[in-house]
Amino acid sequence: MTRLNKLILSRLGLGVVTLFAVSALMFIGIELLPGDLAQQILGQSATPETLAAFRAELGLDLPPHVRYLDWLAGVVQGDFGQSLASGREVTDLLSTRLANTMFLAGYAAVIAVPIAVSLGLLAALWRNSIFDRTANIGALSAISMPEFFVAYLLILVFSIKLGWFPTLARIDTAESLGQALRVTFLPALTLIMVVIAHMMRMTRAAIINVLAAPYIEMARLKGVPRWRVILRHALPNAMAPIINVIALNLAYLIVGVVVVEVVFSYPGLGQLLVDAVASRDFPVVQAVGLFFAGTYILLNTGADILSILSNPRLRQTG
Amino acid sequence: MGNLLTIRDLRLEAGPPRAPKVILEGLDLDLDRGEVLGLVGESGAGKSSAGLAAMGFTRDGVRIAGGGIQFDGIDLARASQGQLRRLHGRRIAYVAQSAAASFNPAHRLIDQFAEGPLLHGTADAGAARDDARALYRQMQLPNPDQIGFRYPHEVSGGQLQRAMTAMAMACRPDLIIFDEPTTALDVTTQIEVLGAMRDITERYGTAAIYITHDLAVVSQMADRITVMRHGREVETQPTQRMLEAPEEPYTRSLWAVRGIQKPAATGSAPPLLTLEGASAQYRGFKALDGIDLALAKGRTTAVVGESGSGKSTLAKVIAGLMAPSEGRVLWEGAPLAGHHGKRDKRQLRDIQMIYQMADTALNPRHTVRETLERPVGFFTGLRGAARRARVRELMELIELDPEEFLDRRIPELSGGQKQRIGIARALAAEPRFIICDEVTSALDQIVAEGILKLLIRLQEELGLSYMFITHDLATVEAIADEVVVMKDGQIIEAGARAQIFEAPRQAYTRRLLASVPQMDAGWLDRARRDAAEAKSLEAAG
Amino acid sequence: MTVLRSAPPTAIFGLLVLSATLLLGLFAPLVAPYGETEIVGAEYLPWSAAHPLGTDNLGRDMLSRMIYGARNTVGLALLTTGIAFSIGAALGMFAALKGGWVDQALSRMVDVVMAVPPLILALMLLAIIGPSIPNMVGVIAVIYLAPVFRLSRAAAMNVVALDFIGAAQLRGEGTLWLLRREILPNISSTLVAEAGLRFCFVFLFIAALSFLGIGIQPPTADWGSMVKENATLITFGDVTPLIPAGAIALLTVSINFIVDWMLHRASGLKS
Repeated sequence: MTRLNKLILSRLGLGVVTLFAVSALMFIGIELLPGDLAQQILGQSATPETLAAFRAELGLDLPPHVRYLDWLAGVVQGDFGQSLASGREVTDLLSTRLANTMFLAGYAAVIAVPIAVSLGLLAALWRNSIFDRTANIGALSAISMPEFFVAYLLILVFSIKLGWFPTLARIDTAESLGQALRVTFLPALTLIMVVIAHMMRMTRAAIINVLAAPYIEMARLKGVPRWRVILRHALPNAMAPIINVIALNLAYLIVGVVVVEVVFSYPGLGQLLVDAVASRDFPVVQAVGLFFAGTYILLNTGADILSILSNPRLRQTG
Repeated sequence: MGNLLTIRDLRLEAGPPRAPKVILEGLDLDLDRGEVLGLVGESGAGKSSAGLAAMGFTRDGVRIAGGGIQFDGIDLARASQGQLRRLHGRRIAYVAQSAAASFNPAHRLIDQFAEGPLLHGTADAGAARDDARALYRQMQLPNPDQIGFRYPHEVSGGQLQRAMTAMAMACRPDLIIFDEPTTALDVTTQIEVLGAMRDITERYGTAAIYITHDLAVVSQMADRITVMRHGREVETQPTQRMLEAPEEPYTRSLWAVRGIQKPAATGSAPPLLTLEGASAQYRGFKALDGIDLALAKGRTTAVVGESGSGKSTLAKVIAGLMAPSEGRVLWEGAPLAGHHGKRDKRQLRDIQMIYQMADTALNPRHTVRETLERPVGFFTGLRGAARRARVRELMELIELDPEEFLDRRIPELSGGQKQRIGIARALAAEPRFIICDEVTSALDQIVAEGILKLLIRLQEELGLSYMFITHDLATVEAIADEVVVMKDGQIIEAGARAQIFEAPRQAYTRRLLASVPQMDAGWLDRARRDAAEAKSLEAAG
Repeated sequence: MTVLRSAPPTAIFGLLVLSATLLLGLFAPLVAPYGETEIVGAEYLPWSAAHPLGTDNLGRDMLSRMIYGARNTVGLALLTTGIAFSIGAALGMFAALKGGWVDQALSRMVDVVMAVPPLILALMLLAIIGPSIPNMVGVIAVIYLAPVFRLSRAAAMNVVALDFIGAAQLRGEGTLWLLRREILPNISSTLVAEAGLRFCFVFLFIAALSFLGIGIQPPTADWGSMVKENATLITFGDVTPLIPAGAIALLTVSINFIVDWMLHRASGLKS
């Protein structure tokens, strides 16, 4: 096995281990609740008989590690148990909402990533120019705004005043892709604005860091034109940091989705999670939380692996 | 007037235009075709800025504030970016100090070589590659046909530096700027690189500006030498004349540095610290391999070797920063614990250390007073007025005025002053043995001399024993009583100073000695011959 | 004062907003025309002389709640940041100094915390222990302790590698001295700038949680939940709910401007 493969496998392994650690932590957390789950759900007034019956139904009479392994075995087969609030299969609840959340995050990412990377690149190239300074102030302001502020502002302008887009992103009633894109435009735009600001700043910092390297000065002293210095000398070395920036922000999108979904009453995972937290519907919280954490870990692991692959030092020596 | 390059009254500035910091002032340089000019100066003399300015290039934040740079009839100070780009790499090339950092890690050496010729249209891809192989061969690189297909991180420092010189040669420029190209290399590697550089510039009749702080090196490379200081030219002379009869007092002081020599010790002294079969390893790599060594009381033992020889590990083992994996360390016959945490306070006091980089050896957030009061209080238990008096005494020992310096913060001191505080901190413990780890290698020559004189004086007054870790043989010659030569974690040869320098027994020691640059014009040729011989001897056994 | 004169307009703006907010929060009971939870009239009253920002969904004075909100939201964010920083920085320096298994154990725990998106982790944890102000402060402090730990560990690592730490260790100095006197002074400027940024994150985070109904609980006035409570007004084209949201944005922008200037100054001083 080459060193490269070893490195990649170890990263993947680390991702899986982390995911297990997170799931176990969640489980232990619930385990540490005062009283137990049945008590929590049924309240203090429940009779011992109903409590015992409910415990048996939830499998709470089994020892914790057995229940964890049971639950884990279920998860691996796509079975997250039943919702305490509605009694429905968690997997059913998740499936359409998962698609909706992915649609919204993907919509925002497709627009935000290219714009943000180009803006960051330009800001780094024209460092300290008017463009750079304006972009910096704009980005700082955008980062500082809570998502719900941006969202309501957009609703006020584009929905209430101008009437171009609906206030609620009812994607479940959309009949065509075009319509789906239109009803979800405002939530997507909210995410785009926030993510662009973060990404642009990080891309700029990554490029500036590379441009300070001695080999860039060397390239200029060889008479290499500016555009070629950027494309051939800076960019290959900036790939790893830029990939990281993209992954980090895609992960950020996943989180930003929660608030935005609530503002626009968008039927996605975020909305589901917030409702489940409010009603303390643990199986749903566990499932959605695990899903978000999994995506986040997957993106970060992917970024790690891509940056390993883009590094000639690691790519070459087997 | 030089017929290739003429710089007149050049002024470089940095910082805000209203209160500029002057980098260079009133600099005049002339260079003829095929001539090699040496630019010599200590750190901050402005020699690198001058070298880059000869290309019409300034680093970020630096600007040309006056004067002219004429290169073959073109005024580089006023040339457009496009004009400069056509000259750079094509007619004026640059060789940087750190080849490892100046090669792009993402591309193969040969592709970086070919980039210039392709851009400037002097060769097509095939011809450029063929030429690369030819130049790699002329630069005496091993395996010249294949080495270009490696990435920079796969090639050693000395080889990279030669590959970079080959790359600079790619378009057969009229002028090459060498910016401290061998400073980062070991002395034995330096010889090969210097030789190859000189051969190739001679072969193609290329003019060069050779920038360095090392007088001996520049005297091998240059036809003429310009000495700089504080951004100004001090003196320019043909090399021979510069070596024999420098005119300016500053130049003469540079030459005089190698004048100190400690009188030879007489008689024998009992051992203070002894190592018995000491080995040490980093993650399975044996950095120290069965060292037997006795360090004599009241003497200075110099440990010399190139990077990776294990000399710094030796210091760490003695200081207790690293426990030996085998063998032991004895202090006056009694074993010392491997880790400093297990040594008692008296043992900790007895062995002190002075570090190479005074900048990082002293906490920049503390004042001189804080730096010294803590160890004085900690080790001697003195408090209040007694402690203050002791701190003043220490300041006087290291020849710094307490009134002036005690309340300064560390960053407000010069390099030499910091090193003196480092010495005072070691003295605060009232030690008997001091490890000096490359204590002068980060300092300019005149300052270094002052530090060495101080250490010699302190040894006489306080009866200290020193272990001097260094790669600089000139320092060894100046202060050592005993010399230990190390290579690959082992002791190659040990003996009295005179014996090692005058009658070295081992081939490696001879090669090491021959590699030390000497200030006479024929040294490089002799050294290359000797090195080749010594190498074949070492290989033979 | 000479420092201020060199400050860019953005930073001066930031300092003005920050000090105004802090003063308002500090003297809230003196400045606010009505009590925090006092019902003063009908619901959703429009802006008038008596109620400059109208009333909210329960008929409480918006302006008074904005002023109390400054105290609650900013105060809790400061408290949380403070906890996260003192513990995170101390542990980070400790891990860097000790190395070995101490460092490994602490770092791996932090890795797990940082492997989950903060908002999701907070929601999960609060679902388990139930939403309340102390719970929220504790959970956010734990979550933000992780990045502070990483930063302070990384910064301290650079310092620990320097010879003056080795010299102090060789002298036999204790851990507390090394942390407080040798390491901390050298990383404090990094930590201070980071504290500014982290405060912004924590502040936005508390606002988001409260907006989602899982952070600061009613009837306590806070800017995040005020947006949520009055959000319906937006559909009628009324900007009132945007005022607490805008206040959050304004304060965060201000602090970011100040931190940006401080970082710029720090990097300028070094070169």
